[in-house]
Amino acid sequence: MMKKQQLTIALSKGRILEETLPLLEAANIIPAENIFKSRKLIFDTNHDNIKFVVIRATDVPTYVEYGGADMGIAGKDVLMEHGGKGLYEQLDLEIAKCKLMVAGLTGAAPVEGRMRIATKFVNIARQYFAQQGCQVDLVKLYGAMELAPIMGLADRIVDIVDTGNTLRANGLEPMDFIANISSRLVVGEPAMKMKYRQIQPIIDMMSDAVVKRREG
Amino acid sequence: MALADRWLLPDGVKEMLPSSARQVEALRRKLLDLYDSWGYDLVMPPLMEHFESLLTGGGKDLELNTFKLVDQLTGRTLGIRADITPQVARIDAHRMHVEGANRLCYCGSVLHTRSANMLASRNPLQVGAELYGHAGIESDIEVISLMLETLYASGLQDELTLDLGHVGIFQGLIAEAGLDSAVAGQYMELLQRKALPELAEFLSVLEADEHLIGLLAALPKLNGGLEVLAKARDVFAGSSDSILDAVAYLEQLASMIKQRYPAVDLYFDLGELRGYNYHTGVVFSALTPVFGQAIAKGGRYDAIGKDFGRARPATGFSADLKTLAYLIANVNGSTRRGVLAPESDDAQLMRKIADLRSHGMRVVQQLPGDTVADVSTYSQKLVKQGEEWVITAL
Repeated sequence: MMKKQQLTIALSKGRILEETLPLLEAANIIPAENIFKSRKLIFDTNHDNIKFVVIRATDVPTYVEYGGADMGIAGKDVLMEHGGKGLYEQLDLEIAKCKLMVAGLTGAAPVEGRMRIATKFVNIARQYFAQQGCQVDLVKLYGAMELAPIMGLADRIVDIVDTGNTLRANGLEPMDFIANISSRLVVGEPAMKMKYRQIQPIIDMMSDAVVKRREG
Repeated sequence: MALADRWLLPDGVKEMLPSSARQVEALRRKLLDLYDSWGYDLVMPPLMEHFESLLTGGGKDLELNTFKLVDQLTGRTLGIRADITPQVARIDAHRMHVEGANRLCYCGSVLHTRSANMLASRNPLQVGAELYGHAGIESDIEVISLMLETLYASGLQDELTLDLGHVGIFQGLIAEAGLDSAVAGQYMELLQRKALPELAEFLSVLEADEHLIGLLAALPKLNGGLEVLAKARDVFAGSSDSILDAVAYLEQLASMIKQRYPAVDLYFDLGELRGYNYHTGVVFSALTPVFGQAIAKGGRYDAIGKDFGRARPATGFSADLKTLAYLIANVNGSTRRGVLAPESDDAQLMRKIADLRSHGMRVVQQLPGDTVADVSTYSQKLVKQGEEWVITAL
């Protein structure tokens, strides 16, 4: 029997985290302390060889690609924007579900010529509009996309839409659907190749938990 | 450029200072001696060539990864090599006229417009060996063995994983499924990322019979230890010979490698498509837990010489020497300490210094007015005792 290899799992901060922990618990991986009450970034678990790092969702693919973490949990939006190079996307956790949409001011007329798009998902937006046959100019923003069309910074935005309340509150409406988003379990290529004996059972247990959850 | 940032190097371009340069050079000599002892002849292809010559079989990625410039003599586009393998293939196909097995090795700088991964530089020092003219499993085993010996010689023997795949499985499956190239391309992209949720979606709308859908869904899950090959036999039972032959090839390869290198952990990934553009058979890479990426990789690429007028069976591997040296440096960093000689033109001292140097010792004669800044770089000094110059502790 080989000795147990160290395993680092990168978790996205925020809402995803609350829904992630029960799925990890189903794979019998439980943090040794309350993550929400700590300012720490690295957490021990009930296994000596497994630890969590809790980071911003957008940094998860980077950590996993780099090998800083062996596996990670991140939204599909973040993975699409990253491109997924060097990552194996193994499981749809079916949590933190929402939609990636194009939105604009309610009733806004179609734009003649090049549209200006404000988004934090510049790669996704470029690809999506290219597929639609549209050349667009992109404005990279880091938050509060809804403001961009109001202030005349952009004609449309590309953003995550959950209930649509934020859009409506700011006089915007969802226009075109780009993709369904939910959180995914990703594994780094080298990690999978070297540590599959430990990683595969975790994926299988989490997969069972997802099915059980779906079937209520 | 302001004076203040003139010393900056471009992103991803690395240079080596004395301690790492010493290590890289020592390893370069060691590896080239190793290849020589296995009968591999050294070749030194040029840093730049006609752009098209450099791209053989490499496809779009290699094209974008190659720095281009215009030849002032002819107006033709030249490229600075991003990979030495096509150059060596050209040498075997066209410059040498060996009919049987031809073993060649090389070590040289390449440039990448974009680094291969976040851990890699844009100017790696590529070292590798290629075996042309033999199509059997024995040449693949020889090359894989030499790759592992390369890592052993570099001091990386602990917890090595050898990752094995075979493009014949994917090719056979695509042929069997009769997928057109656009759909096959989509499938290939999903397979490379092992994007299981997306793949399930893709297959749910694909028009093909159920058995075939089952095979397409199974391939990205065929990875793991030796048990994967037995599983593949079950999954592909009744499939074309090309798929089953590829599985059998891996089985045979695995048992022979296991015999020679029992300590190496074998991993099989039947959906591995790295270098799919030019590989025609087995593909392999080596991984170590101390580095987040494969440290050496290779495979069989029988068609590559075709572009140069003579397709020959070919198999080989390459690695970035700087990465290997960096990993050793993590184990033991060292500088060579020398003997300090005083400032003097005493003829006897001169003879003594020449004698020591001819025996491979590092002797540095102090310059007038120079204070030795760092005494720790010397371990000994020359002093005159009576009529004799002798070495004493510093």
